[in-house]
Amino acid sequence: MRVKFAVAGVLALSLLATACGSSGDDESPETTPKAQGKVELSFWSWAPNIEKIVAKWNASHPDVHVTFSQQANGDDLATKILTASKAGNAPDVFQAEYQVLPTYISNNAVADIAKEAGDLKSRFADGVWSQVTLGGDAVYAIPQDSGPMMYYYRADLFEKYGLKVPTTWDEFAQQAEILHKKDPKKYLTNFSAADAGWFTGLAQQAGASWWSPSGDTWKVAVNDEATRKVAGFWSGLVQKDLIDKQPSYTPKWNKALADGTLLSWPSAVWGPGVLAANAPKTAGKWKIAPLPQWAAGENKTGSWGGSATAVSAGSKNKAAAAAFAAWLNTDSEATTDLVKESAVYPAATSAQTGPALQSAPEFFSNQPDFYTVAGQIAGTAQGFTFGPNVNVTYSAYKDAFAKAIASGGAFDGALDQMQTSTVDDMKKNGFKVS
Amino acid sequence: MTVAASRRRRGRTAAVPYAFLTPAIVLFVVFCIVPIGYSVYMSLRKAQVKGLGLRPGDRTEVFAGTRNYANALKDPELIHSVLRVLGYGLIVVPMMLGLALLFALLLDGTRARLVRSARIAIFLPYAIPTVIASLMWGFLYLPSVSPIVDLLGGADLFAPSTVLYSIANVAVWGGTGFNMMVIYTSLRAIPSDLYEAARIDGASELRIAFRIKIPLIVPSLVMTAVFAIISTLQVVSEPMALKPLSNSIISTWSPLMKVYTDAFERGDLYSAAATSVLLAVATLVLSFGFLRLVGDRAFASEGGS
Repeated sequence: MRVKFAVAGVLALSLLATACGSSGDDESPETTPKAQGKVELSFWSWAPNIEKIVAKWNASHPDVHVTFSQQANGDDLATKILTASKAGNAPDVFQAEYQVLPTYISNNAVADIAKEAGDLKSRFADGVWSQVTLGGDAVYAIPQDSGPMMYYYRADLFEKYGLKVPTTWDEFAQQAEILHKKDPKKYLTNFSAADAGWFTGLAQQAGASWWSPSGDTWKVAVNDEATRKVAGFWSGLVQKDLIDKQPSYTPKWNKALADGTLLSWPSAVWGPGVLAANAPKTAGKWKIAPLPQWAAGENKTGSWGGSATAVSAGSKNKAAAAAFAAWLNTDSEATTDLVKESAVYPAATSAQTGPALQSAPEFFSNQPDFYTVAGQIAGTAQGFTFGPNVNVTYSAYKDAFAKAIASGGAFDGALDQMQTSTVDDMKKNGFKVS
Repeated sequence: MTVAASRRRRGRTAAVPYAFLTPAIVLFVVFCIVPIGYSVYMSLRKAQVKGLGLRPGDRTEVFAGTRNYANALKDPELIHSVLRVLGYGLIVVPMMLGLALLFALLLDGTRARLVRSARIAIFLPYAIPTVIASLMWGFLYLPSVSPIVDLLGGADLFAPSTVLYSIANVAVWGGTGFNMMVIYTSLRAIPSDLYEAARIDGASELRIAFRIKIPLIVPSLVMTAVFAIISTLQVVSEPMALKPLSNSIISTWSPLMKVYTDAFERGDLYSAAATSVLLAVATLVLSFGFLRLVGDRAFASEGGS
């Protein structure tokens, strides 16, 4: 008996050995003949066309080769990074949205690159820089772009229906009603239960503060007064059927944008890319304005998305990885390409005044001052601290708000559910929550 | 001495089958037993954070006992998803097997030339990947891009009250063909002298179907039912693919979706492991329970044929 199992064991071991041996083959000497001391980095990102910028790095840095791998989107990548870093095979460098950074830090997925980052702090606005340091001495990523929210509207259809561009949310509700009375098939916009980041940005504008650390305790208030105000406002519109209730980014939504069923979209500075991809025929018909405000005369906005480039905690070449991340987001040629190729609004202050932002995106040829307006709006973005389990909060948003919409549109319970899910998860993991 | 020699020889001969079995055993252990064991191990652990959890090393893994199981069993989301899937199964399993049996009997009874093309037409949906099929149906359900919603009087196929049927429809559409093929094959295996005898005795086609064909194919009906029950409990592709299109499908719609959400959206692998172990046990119990329930009859007719 024992002999048999020993044989089986030996067989199993040899199988494993061959399996392990073969997996290392892609670093065989013939593929990198002059590999003496050459550093290999892997890079995961979902920014469109970023591989072109990576190619430029590879051409100008013969000793550090970056292999790029295209990802689907931010949520998917966050999931993959957490899983991969648990499994010990995360990429060296990856794109990280600001709101997931605390989750990454808490899961020990990102490296502190304060030493490698050196004096990069001066290249970014303080508000942006604090998103990657969480206010401490450590630096967890190099900011890439920011996503200040602004209001996109169909200038041609606004004129046709006699609507005025809303400057406050009250006016927004009035316009929604006017439009829907004139044509019950049209909506001013849609409330999407699929976009937690969108709702978070709107809550930021109203002054929400969902997480705040004090000492070693987290204060969690997802259902704070500001957020209640935002949820209550949209709940009223949904219940009266004055806006559409479908989730964004579906074929139906794309069609609604393209055929003028939806007349406006509170979105972020990266909106032109989405509009150009989903409703190409409406080019030149959209305009941007600041988001409607909660009080007349105010000037505030929130952020939806925006990301940084992080180095994984398990990377064997942290110095080279940090150098690549720094180059990608501060080198003038790289940031110009980020604007042109990937359609992002760069985080580096020098890039915001750089040549790439002098002319409007092609889709907005009718609004030559697009980036001037965007720059002014970006300056009004409210600060916000993200907690260590944003993924749980966002997941709860999607389910709770989808359920609330499906059963009539009362959002108060949905907010409470987000709060409960967030706090329960933190307590379960041993966080101190007050 | 001779006894010892023969025992040795017998020992050597006895080892031969094991040597042949080794590859299978190794693969089974490495790819089945070890992952299951690891899941069970994970299900008994939990994350423990100290302080704000923002420094490396703040998060550690500790033993959790059966806490994950207790939490899973009293989680209302899991209970709702199980109830939802049971309702879904009550629609899908009888509907799919009923249609499969009907089509199989029709194809078996007809001598028309259309049999071959009809067989392929019914089987074809099974060859379409579930995700593609779900997306295709999703487009058909969405009012502004759908050619059929207007024909149905503008019915909202993604409303909370109808979404269960909409998802079930995708599964029935995709699964009927395969089950029909299994049933049809076993119908073709019935010796034709039985039919001749029945006809001589004056039995009608309907009577032949109910008195001869169906009783003789009970074993394959049982098998298809067991597979259908298992795949019902594990439904995930259809609702996952349709979820972004509708507010009525939440991320914990089915138990497996809940496992996925827990593991990869909420980052809680430990709870997800506990839920999947529970789900595996429930599937085993249900499948074996069903087999036991119908076992006597199935095996009796097998003996009879």
